[in-house]
Amino acid sequence: MPVKVHLDQVGMAFTTPGGTFRAVAPMSLSIESGRFVSLVGPSGCGKSTLFNVIAGLLQPTEGRVLIDGEDATGTIGRVGYMLQKDLLLPWRTVLDNAILGMEIQGKPLKEARERALPLLHKYGLAGFEYLYPNSLSGGMRQRAALLRTLLFDTDVILLDEPFGALDAQTKLQMQEWLMQLWGDFKKTVVFVTHDVEEAIYLSDEIHVMGTRPGRILETIPVTIARPRVRTSSLTPEFIAIKERCLNLLTTPAIEEAA
Amino acid sequence: MAIQDTPRVADIGNLAAGATAKPTAKPVRRLPVQKDWPAWAIVATQAGVLVAIIAFWEFAATTGLISAFFWSQPSAIYRTLIIFITEGNAWTDIGFTFRSTIFGFALGTTIGSLFGLSFWWSRNYAAIVQPYIICFESIPKLALAPLIILVFGLGLSSKVAIAFALTFVISTLTTFAGVKALDPDGEKLFYSLGASRWQVFRKLVVPFCLPWIISVLRVNIGLALTGAIVGEFIASQHGLGRQILYAGQTYDIALVWVAVLVLSTLAVIMYATVSWLEGVLRKGTRQ
Repeated sequence: MPVKVHLDQVGMAFTTPGGTFRAVAPMSLSIESGRFVSLVGPSGCGKSTLFNVIAGLLQPTEGRVLIDGEDATGTIGRVGYMLQKDLLLPWRTVLDNAILGMEIQGKPLKEARERALPLLHKYGLAGFEYLYPNSLSGGMRQRAALLRTLLFDTDVILLDEPFGALDAQTKLQMQEWLMQLWGDFKKTVVFVTHDVEEAIYLSDEIHVMGTRPGRILETIPVTIARPRVRTSSLTPEFIAIKERCLNLLTTPAIEEAA
Repeated sequence: MAIQDTPRVADIGNLAAGATAKPTAKPVRRLPVQKDWPAWAIVATQAGVLVAIIAFWEFAATTGLISAFFWSQPSAIYRTLIIFITEGNAWTDIGFTFRSTIFGFALGTTIGSLFGLSFWWSRNYAAIVQPYIICFESIPKLALAPLIILVFGLGLSSKVAIAFALTFVISTLTTFAGVKALDPDGEKLFYSLGASRWQVFRKLVVPFCLPWIISVLRVNIGLALTGAIVGEFIASQHGLGRQILYAGQTYDIALVWVAVLVLSTLAVIMYATVSWLEGVLRKGTRQ
């Protein structure tokens, strides 16, 4: 598989009155095309910083971001980025929210709507197209926000804890739904989550991150066969990965305490 | 202290007596319920109060309870109203005040809102200009009215200018509050989709600030009317404000009331129109 996104020694440091604060240690990371990759880590490990750097919203203090081998550092509009909040515009219908990306790219509205409608139907928003976001449930809002990201037509999409605020039941449904979308659209997905089980269930590869400074502690491939089922989480392989992740996530805290 | 102590001791005595008589003397309290009157009863009462006030006024003026010279009386006001509308140049005056108000309102609100929105474009520019705006807000704008009359002359433009001065700052500051309330993540979303500054402004900032812009419309119509009237008080050849001043100076109290009555009607009509406009616009913003 060709490398889609490559971070080349990307690091981030902020100058504060007390000296230099290193948010992210220079790190390299390659994400292959069509893969589902998760970043798991405690808060403050620089996940969001990395996402902002990849999306071109933040200039890294060192290193480069390569997308398809091209330098994309500090350029916007190259990847789809879904932030934690759904950020649906309350004055637009679900349909018009979904086409925002295409609209900004200058696609005629009529064409954009024609493209979006069948997708909204197919992916569980049938009957909601002409409603305003305030009448939608949390899960439905996330669906609309994710479809907006997908309809932006980039090969790479970044999802920053998209299901973090949902209840457990809805979260499981949304995971299935995301798997279906990923299978259909063949995008490269980078997924940030706090939930280790969610990461294992969804990903091909998990990068476990640590804090102070933010860095990748270990990369764990997940080789559980797809399509995965819920009971996969009971297999020894799944449990072994989970144990490894949890150990990595808790160890630094113990070191600091000692 | 003794004065305070006595009832307290008495209370304790009562309480002890009550407690022995009824062991479960916890007071039973029910939710206070207010019964709503039917709409016709409310309207009928309102009309009744109005009629009562007018009747008392007429009665008091006729019997000499209040001075009819200073307070005039409803029957005289009515006669003057008929004369004012049929024989005088009422429509010229109404039209003059109406035009100054509407122009001042439209200009002040539009330019003020645009000025407020412009602060989104540059934080430096906003930081530089902000103190001037706040300073201008704290000036009693009506104190500038004589100056404005000198600069803009006796005609319509000076009244429009005063109405503008009153409405402009409110619109600017309120719209700027909307700009400041903008979620930075919203901008981030737009930029991640590759948007230009102009696109973010048009598709995010303007619709987001619209509820703020709308919320000042009603305040501004009242302010614009005040500005126009004050302008007419100071120096004018037409307008309801000039009529009020003229009538007051010539002790034609009935005419003062007539002008005030017409002015209030005008204000209510404009206020209702703006409220309706506000409702329509708000529906579009879904907020």
